[in-house]
Amino acid sequence: MSIDKTTTKQPSRYASRLAGARSGLFGIPLLAEALLLAAAVAAFYLFPYNLAFLTRILIMIVLVLSLDLILGIAGIATLGQAAMYGTGAYAAGLFAIHVWADPVAGLLAGAVAGAAMALVSGLLLMRSHGLTLIMLSIAVAQICAEIANKARPITGGADGLRGIRPDPILGMFEFDFVGRAGYFYALAVVIVIFALLRIIARSPFGLTLRGIQESPSRMRAIGTPVYWRLVSAYTLGGAIAGVAGALAAQVTQLVSLEAYSFNLSAEALIMLILGGTGRLYGAVIGAVVFMVVHHVAAAVDPFNWLFIIGAMVLGVVFFVPTGFLGLPLALQRLFGGRGHDDRA
Amino acid sequence: MSLFLNILVDGLAYGMILFMIAVGLSVTMGLMRVINLAHGGFALIGGAFAHWLTIKAGLSFWVAAPLAVLGTMAVALPLERLIYRRIYGFGELQQVLATIGLTFLMIASINLWLGSSLLAIKLPAVLQTSVDLGFRTLPMHRIVVIIAGLAVIAGLWLLMERTRFGIRLRAAVDNRATASALGIDTGVIYGVTVALGAGLAAFGGVLGAELLPIEAYYPLRYMVLFLIVVAVGGMGSITGSFAAAIALGVIDTASRYLVPEYGTIFFFACVLAVLAFRPQGLSGRA
Repeated sequence: MSIDKTTTKQPSRYASRLAGARSGLFGIPLLAEALLLAAAVAAFYLFPYNLAFLTRILIMIVLVLSLDLILGIAGIATLGQAAMYGTGAYAAGLFAIHVWADPVAGLLAGAVAGAAMALVSGLLLMRSHGLTLIMLSIAVAQICAEIANKARPITGGADGLRGIRPDPILGMFEFDFVGRAGYFYALAVVIVIFALLRIIARSPFGLTLRGIQESPSRMRAIGTPVYWRLVSAYTLGGAIAGVAGALAAQVTQLVSLEAYSFNLSAEALIMLILGGTGRLYGAVIGAVVFMVVHHVAAAVDPFNWLFIIGAMVLGVVFFVPTGFLGLPLALQRLFGGRGHDDRA
Repeated sequence: MSLFLNILVDGLAYGMILFMIAVGLSVTMGLMRVINLAHGGFALIGGAFAHWLTIKAGLSFWVAAPLAVLGTMAVALPLERLIYRRIYGFGELQQVLATIGLTFLMIASINLWLGSSLLAIKLPAVLQTSVDLGFRTLPMHRIVVIIAGLAVIAGLWLLMERTRFGIRLRAAVDNRATASALGIDTGVIYGVTVALGAGLAAFGGVLGAELLPIEAYYPLRYMVLFLIVVAVGGMGSITGSFAAAIALGVIDTASRYLVPEYGTIFFFACVLAVLAFRPQGLSGRA
C-alpha cells in the first residue's frame, strides 16, 4: 500500500497525539487490554457450563471488529457484513472437508474468501453512499444467501453444511466436546485481530481512512485515491469478517444459511453502535453487553425479552449517544457538570 | 395469455401494497432525513388493530379497516412528538439504532398483546369472491387492492399538487431551513406527515394481509423490502415510489411464476442493477 508523502506527513503528528490520548486507561499503556484479557480468562473459570455461549461472544467480537474498521474508522455505513461472514464460513467449512482440516489454514481460507467477496462487491458498493449503499450491501448478502440455498450439492442448502471435522489446533489441542480448546482458540484469534486492527488504525493507511470519514473531498484534494482506499478498507474488513465466519464454522462444526442472514448484519451493527464506533474497545464492549443482555433476557422471559433489548437500545441512543464508551463521560456530566466531550 | 394476466394482476396488486406501505417511509425520509426502520411497525400496528377489531370485537371489515387506520395514526402522532422529534438531529447511525429499538418495542408490544401467531384479518364475503370478466375470472380482493392503490396515488397527487399543505410539504422537502424561514411551521408539517404516512402504512398492511401476512415480526421480516422500494424509487419522491413499487411488485411476481427456483436472486439482481446505474433511485435528485 503506497501512500503519498503529502498524506503521511501531517497525519503522523496527529497520530502521535492520538496515540498519546488513547494509550490506555488512566494513562497506563495496555491496561485496558490487560483488563479485558483478564476478564476473558475469568469468564472461562466462572462460567464453565456456558463455554459455547462465551465462544459465540468471541466470534461476534471478531465480526463487530471487522465492522468497526469499515464503519467506525472508514465511515462506510453498510448492513451486509453477513455476506463476508457467510462466505468465510462456507469457505472454511468446504476447505476443511475437501482440502485440509488444519484450523489455522481454515482461518486463512476464510479470510481469503471473505476478502475476495468484499473486493468483488466493494468495487460496486464503494461507488455509492448513504441509503443506496446500505440497500446494495443488503442485496449482496441476500443474493449470497440464495446462491448458498440453491447450491445444495455443495453447501447442503437449508440443511446446512455438515461434517466439518477440524484437526487439532497447531497439531496439539484437540477440539473437545465441552469447548475449552475452542474458547481459547477463539480468544487467541480475537487477540490477534484486535492487535492487527490497532496497528492498522494507527498506520498511515488507517489515518487516511479516518480522514476520508471526516471529509472525502478534502482527502481527494490532497491526492488520496479515495475510492481505492475505501475498496481496500472494505476488502480488509471482509477478510476479518471471513475469519469470524471461519471461526464459527470450525467451533460449531456446522455452517447454516443463518450465516448470511440480514439479522446477523443488523445485530453486528447494533452491537457496534451500542459500544461506540471507531475505537475498537467499543466493538468488544458492545458485543459483550448485547450478547449477555440478549442471553439473560431471553432466559428470564422467553416471550418478552425484546422489550429489554428495545429499551436498552433506545436508552443508549437518547442518553449516551456515543455508546457505552461514552458512559463515564455522560455520568460525569450528569453529576458533576464538568465533563466535556472533546472528541464528539 | 392467462399466465401473463395472472402475473400482471398479482404483480400490480402486490406493487400497490408495497407502494402504500413505502410511500410514507419515502416522504418522511426525504423530509426529515430520518432513516426510519420502524415504519413497517405502523403496518403491523394497523394489521393488529384490524385483527383485534374483526376477530375479537366482531366488527365488520368495512368499519374495522378505517378504525385501524385512525388508531395507527393516533399511535403515530404521540410517537412523533416524543421520540422522532428528538432523533431528527442525530447522526445516521444513531437514527438507525433508535428506530431499530423502536421496532423492537413495537414487536414486543404486539407480541405481548396478541401473541406471536399469525394475526388473521376477517375479510368480508364480497372480497373473497371472484369477478367474471367474460374471458376469465379475477379474485375480487386483487381488484379492490388495485383500485385502492390507484385511489391513494390520486389522493396523494391532489394533496401534494392542489392543496396549501402539499405546497408547504414540498417546500419543506426541498429545503427545510428556507421553508421554516418563510414562516412555514415545519413542526406541524412533520407531525402530520408522519401520521399520514403511518395511516397509509396501516391501510396497506390491512389490505395486504393476504400477501404479506401480519404477525409480530412483520416489521423486521419486510423491512428490507420496504427500504428497497424507497431506495429504488428515490427518497422523498411519491411518483418514484409508485413506479418502483409497481416495477418491483411485477418483477417479483413474474420471477416467482416464471423462474421460481431463482426468484429471489433475480429480484435482488434487478435491484443491484438499478441502483448501480442510478444510485439516487429512479427519480432521485443528486
